[in-house]
Amino acid sequence: MSYLWAFLVGGALCVIGQLLIDLTAFTPARVLVSYVVAGVVLSALGLWGPLVEFAGAGATVPLVGFGHLLAAGVVDAVDKMGLLGALCGGFAAAAAGVTASLVCGVLAAFFSRSKDQN
Amino acid sequence: MKLTIKRYDEMVRRASPPSKLAADCAWAFCVGGGICLLGEALRKAYLAAGFVLSDASTMTSVTLIALSAVATASGWYQKLAAKAGAGTLVPITGFANAVVSPAIEAKCEGYVPGVGAKMFLIAGPVIVYGLLASTAWGALYWFLRPWL
Repeated sequence: MSYLWAFLVGGALCVIGQLLIDLTAFTPARVLVSYVVAGVVLSALGLWGPLVEFAGAGATVPLVGFGHLLAAGVVDAVDKMGLLGALCGGFAAAAAGVTASLVCGVLAAFFSRSKDQN
Repeated sequence: MKLTIKRYDEMVRRASPPSKLAADCAWAFCVGGGICLLGEALRKAYLAAGFVLSDASTMTSVTLIALSAVATASGWYQKLAAKAGAGTLVPITGFANAVVSPAIEAKCEGYVPGVGAKMFLIAGPVIVYGLLASTAWGALYWFLRPWL
Protein backbone atom coordinates (compact mmCIF):
# COMPACT_ATOMS: atom_id res chain seq x y z
CA MET A 1 0.00 0.00 0.00
CA SER A 2 2.84 2.39 0.82
CA TYR A 3 4.16 1.77 -2.71
CA LEU A 4 0.94 3.16 -4.20
CA TRP A 5 1.04 6.28 -2.00
CA ALA A 6 4.74 6.81 -2.74
CA PHE A 7 3.92 6.74 -6.47
CA LEU A 8 0.87 9.03 -6.20
CA VAL A 9 2.37 11.63 -3.83
CA GLY A 10 5.72 11.70 -5.66
CA GLY A 11 3.97 11.97 -9.02
CA ALA A 12 1.67 14.76 -7.80
CA LEU A 13 4.68 16.80 -6.55
CA CYS A 14 6.29 16.46 -9.99
CA VAL A 15 3.07 17.59 -11.72
CA ILE A 16 3.06 20.77 -9.58
CA GLY A 17 6.65 21.41 -10.73
CA GLN A 18 5.66 20.80 -14.36
CA LEU A 19 2.74 23.25 -14.06
CA LEU A 20 5.10 25.87 -12.59
CA ILE A 21 7.46 25.43 -15.57
CA ASP A 22 4.74 25.36 -18.26
CA LEU A 23 2.38 28.03 -16.94
CA THR A 24 4.69 30.50 -15.19
CA ALA A 25 8.16 31.90 -15.84
CA PHE A 26 9.79 29.40 -13.43
CA THR A 27 13.10 27.97 -14.66
CA PRO A 28 14.15 24.50 -13.44
CA ALA A 29 16.66 26.09 -11.03
CA ARG A 30 13.91 28.22 -9.49
CA VAL A 31 11.67 25.16 -9.13
CA LEU A 32 14.41 23.34 -7.19
CA VAL A 33 15.10 26.34 -4.93
CA SER A 34 11.39 26.91 -4.22
CA TYR A 35 10.85 23.21 -3.49
CA VAL A 36 13.64 23.12 -0.91
CA VAL A 37 12.48 26.35 0.78
CA ALA A 38 8.87 25.10 0.68
CA GLY A 39 10.08 21.88 2.32
CA VAL A 40 11.67 23.83 5.19
CA VAL A 41 8.47 25.88 5.69
CA LEU A 42 6.10 22.89 5.46
CA SER A 43 8.28 20.93 7.86
CA ALA A 44 8.43 23.88 10.30
CA LEU A 45 4.62 24.07 10.22
CA GLY A 46 4.55 20.38 11.14
CA LEU A 47 2.86 19.33 7.88
CA TRP A 48 5.60 17.29 6.22
CA GLY A 49 6.43 14.86 9.03
CA PRO A 50 3.01 13.16 8.92
CA LEU A 51 3.17 12.95 5.10
CA VAL A 52 6.56 11.17 5.31
CA GLU A 53 5.05 8.54 7.62
CA PHE A 54 2.17 8.16 5.20
CA ALA A 55 3.83 8.27 1.77
CA GLY A 56 7.41 7.23 2.63
CA ALA A 57 9.77 7.85 -0.28
CA GLY A 58 6.97 9.72 -2.09
CA ALA A 59 7.55 12.55 0.40
CA THR A 60 11.31 12.19 1.01
CA VAL A 61 12.65 11.63 -2.54
CA PRO A 62 11.27 14.87 -4.11
CA LEU A 63 13.36 17.93 -3.21
CA VAL A 64 10.69 19.06 -0.72
CA GLY A 65 11.95 16.13 1.36
CA PHE A 66 15.45 17.66 1.26
CA GLY A 67 13.99 20.83 2.82
CA HIS A 68 12.24 18.68 5.43
CA LEU A 69 15.56 17.01 6.21
CA LEU A 70 17.20 20.44 6.77
CA ALA A 71 14.38 21.66 9.03
CA ALA A 72 14.25 18.43 11.06
CA GLY A 73 18.05 18.48 11.46
CA VAL A 74 17.94 22.04 12.76
CA VAL A 75 15.26 21.16 15.34
CA ASP A 76 17.31 18.19 16.60
CA ALA A 77 20.48 20.27 16.82
CA VAL A 78 18.78 23.18 18.64
CA ASP A 79 17.40 20.67 21.17
CA LYS A 80 20.94 19.33 21.75
CA MET A 81 23.16 22.43 21.64
CA GLY A 82 20.93 25.50 21.77
CA LEU A 83 21.08 28.40 19.33
CA LEU A 84 24.31 27.13 17.73
CA GLY A 85 22.25 24.22 16.42
CA ALA A 86 20.48 26.60 14.04
CA LEU A 87 23.79 26.86 12.15
CA CYS A 88 24.94 23.24 12.48
CA GLY A 89 21.81 21.14 12.14
CA GLY A 90 20.82 21.73 8.52
CA PHE A 91 24.07 20.93 6.80
CA ALA A 92 24.76 18.02 9.15
CA ALA A 93 21.42 16.40 8.25
CA ALA A 94 21.92 16.97 4.52
CA ALA A 95 25.61 16.00 4.57
CA ALA A 96 25.23 12.52 3.08
CA GLY A 97 23.13 13.65 0.11
CA VAL A 98 25.19 16.75 -0.70
CA THR A 99 28.53 14.97 -0.31
CA ALA A 100 27.35 11.99 -2.38
CA SER A 101 26.24 14.35 -5.17
CA LEU A 102 29.53 16.25 -5.19
CA VAL A 103 31.70 13.10 -5.09
CA CYS A 104 29.59 11.54 -7.88
CA GLY A 105 29.97 14.76 -9.87
CA VAL A 106 33.77 14.72 -9.76
CA LEU A 107 33.95 10.95 -10.43
CA ALA A 108 31.55 11.27 -13.38
CA ALA A 109 33.61 14.15 -14.81
CA PHE A 110 36.76 12.06 -14.38
CA PHE A 111 35.45 8.89 -16.02
CA SER A 112 33.22 10.20 -18.81
CA ARG A 113 33.20 12.74 -21.57
CA SER A 114 30.59 15.28 -22.61
CA LYS A 115 28.17 13.87 -25.17
CA ASP A 116 26.04 15.37 -27.89
CA GLN A 117 22.89 16.49 -26.05
CA ASN A 118 20.61 15.55 -28.96
CA MET B 1 -7.87 39.75 -48.27
CA LYS B 2 -8.34 42.15 -45.42
CA LEU B 3 -7.06 41.03 -42.05
CA THR B 4 -9.05 41.98 -39.02
CA ILE B 5 -7.64 41.49 -35.53
CA LYS B 6 -10.12 38.72 -34.87
CA ARG B 7 -9.27 36.89 -38.05
CA TYR B 8 -5.53 37.18 -37.38
CA ASP B 9 -6.08 35.77 -33.89
CA GLU B 10 -7.81 32.78 -35.36
CA MET B 11 -5.01 32.21 -37.89
CA VAL B 12 -2.41 32.31 -35.11
CA ARG B 13 -4.38 29.80 -33.09
CA ARG B 14 -4.66 27.44 -36.05
CA ALA B 15 -0.96 27.70 -36.89
CA SER B 16 0.42 27.21 -33.35
CA PRO B 17 1.05 23.68 -32.07
CA PRO B 18 -1.58 22.17 -29.75
CA SER B 19 -0.97 22.63 -26.03
CA LYS B 20 1.31 19.94 -24.63
CA LEU B 21 0.32 20.68 -21.04
CA ALA B 22 -1.69 17.48 -20.47
CA ALA B 23 0.98 15.26 -22.05
CA ASP B 24 3.77 17.03 -20.11
CA CYS B 25 1.93 16.52 -16.82
CA ALA B 26 1.19 12.86 -17.57
CA TRP B 27 4.89 12.22 -18.30
CA ALA B 28 5.99 14.15 -15.20
CA PHE B 29 3.51 12.23 -13.03
CA CYS B 30 4.48 8.76 -14.28
CA VAL B 31 8.26 9.25 -14.35
CA GLY B 32 8.39 11.25 -11.08
CA GLY B 33 6.06 8.77 -9.40
CA GLY B 34 8.16 5.91 -10.79
CA ILE B 35 11.37 7.34 -9.30
CA CYS B 36 9.63 7.69 -5.91
CA LEU B 37 8.34 4.13 -6.26
CA LEU B 38 11.92 2.94 -6.83
CA GLY B 39 12.92 5.00 -3.77
CA GLU B 40 10.21 3.33 -1.67
CA ALA B 41 11.38 -0.13 -2.80
CA LEU B 42 14.98 0.78 -1.85
CA ARG B 43 13.82 2.18 1.51
CA LYS B 44 11.93 -1.03 2.28
CA ALA B 45 14.98 -3.09 1.28
CA TYR B 46 17.30 -1.06 3.53
CA LEU B 47 14.81 -1.32 6.42
CA ALA B 48 14.67 -5.09 5.89
CA ALA B 49 18.49 -5.14 5.91
CA GLY B 50 18.42 -3.72 9.45
CA PHE B 51 18.99 0.03 8.97
CA VAL B 52 17.09 2.35 11.33
CA LEU B 53 14.42 4.56 9.74
CA SER B 54 16.50 7.73 9.22
CA ASP B 55 19.56 5.78 8.00
CA ALA B 56 17.39 3.85 5.53
CA SER B 57 16.11 7.16 4.08
CA THR B 58 19.66 8.50 3.81
CA MET B 59 20.88 5.30 2.11
CA THR B 60 17.93 5.53 -0.30
CA SER B 61 18.91 9.10 -1.26
CA VAL B 62 22.56 8.14 -1.69
CA THR B 63 21.64 5.14 -3.88
CA LEU B 64 19.33 7.24 -6.07
CA ILE B 65 22.05 9.91 -6.39
CA ALA B 66 24.59 7.29 -7.50
CA LEU B 67 22.12 5.81 -10.02
CA SER B 68 21.37 9.29 -11.33
CA ALA B 69 25.10 10.03 -11.73
CA VAL B 70 25.57 6.85 -13.78
CA ALA B 71 22.49 7.63 -15.90
CA THR B 72 23.68 11.22 -16.42
CA ALA B 73 27.22 10.17 -17.37
CA SER B 74 25.87 7.72 -19.94
CA GLY B 75 23.43 10.28 -21.37
CA TRP B 76 20.20 8.40 -20.55
CA TYR B 77 18.99 10.86 -17.95
CA GLN B 78 18.98 13.77 -20.41
CA LYS B 79 17.00 11.68 -22.92
CA LEU B 80 14.42 10.83 -20.26
CA ALA B 81 14.35 14.43 -19.01
CA ALA B 82 13.48 15.72 -22.50
CA LYS B 83 10.17 13.83 -22.19
CA ALA B 84 9.57 13.79 -18.44
CA GLY B 85 10.35 17.45 -17.61
CA ALA B 86 9.73 18.06 -13.93
CA GLY B 87 9.31 14.31 -13.41
CA THR B 88 13.11 13.97 -13.59
CA LEU B 89 13.83 17.40 -12.03
CA VAL B 90 11.92 17.35 -8.74
CA PRO B 91 13.16 14.04 -7.25
CA ILE B 92 16.64 13.95 -5.61
CA THR B 93 17.91 12.37 -8.85
CA GLY B 94 17.26 15.74 -10.54
CA PHE B 95 19.47 17.48 -7.97
CA ALA B 96 22.22 14.93 -8.62
CA ASN B 97 21.78 15.43 -12.37
CA ALA B 98 22.10 19.20 -11.87
CA VAL B 99 25.46 18.60 -10.13
CA VAL B 100 26.87 15.86 -12.38
CA SER B 101 25.83 17.24 -15.76
CA PRO B 102 27.65 20.64 -15.55
CA ALA B 103 30.63 18.85 -13.96
CA ILE B 104 31.00 16.66 -17.08
CA GLU B 105 30.41 19.60 -19.43
CA ALA B 106 33.05 21.74 -17.66
CA LYS B 107 35.77 19.07 -17.70
CA CYS B 108 37.53 20.82 -20.61
CA GLU B 109 37.87 23.96 -18.43
CA GLY B 110 39.96 22.09 -15.87
CA TYR B 111 39.17 20.51 -12.51
CA VAL B 112 39.28 23.58 -10.26
CA PRO B 113 37.70 26.44 -12.23
CA GLY B 114 35.68 24.06 -14.44
CA VAL B 115 34.38 20.97 -12.65
CA GLY B 116 34.74 22.24 -9.07
CA ALA B 117 33.01 25.56 -9.70
CA LYS B 118 30.41 24.70 -12.35
CA MET B 119 28.87 21.81 -10.42
CA PHE B 120 27.43 24.42 -8.04
CA LEU B 121 25.63 26.29 -10.83
CA ILE B 122 22.21 24.97 -9.74
CA ALA B 123 23.15 23.06 -6.57
CA GLY B 124 24.67 26.24 -5.08
CA PRO B 125 21.45 28.29 -4.97
CA VAL B 126 19.53 25.23 -3.72
CA ILE B 127 21.97 24.75 -0.83
CA VAL B 128 22.23 28.51 -0.08
CA TYR B 129 18.49 29.17 0.17
CA GLY B 130 17.79 25.84 1.83
CA LEU B 131 20.33 26.62 4.57
CA LEU B 132 19.10 30.22 4.84
CA ALA B 133 15.53 29.02 5.42
CA SER B 134 16.59 26.30 7.85
CA THR B 135 18.80 28.70 9.85
CA ALA B 136 15.88 31.14 10.13
CA TRP B 137 13.64 28.28 11.28
CA GLY B 138 16.29 27.09 13.75
CA ALA B 139 16.57 30.57 15.31
CA LEU B 140 12.78 30.90 15.45
CA TYR B 141 12.47 27.44 16.99
CA TRP B 142 15.04 28.39 19.65
CA PHE B 143 12.93 31.45 20.61
CA LEU B 144 9.66 29.50 20.58
CA ARG B 145 11.00 26.41 22.33
CA PRO B 146 10.19 27.47 25.93
CA TRP B 147 6.52 27.74 24.94
CA LEU B 148 6.28 24.65 22.73
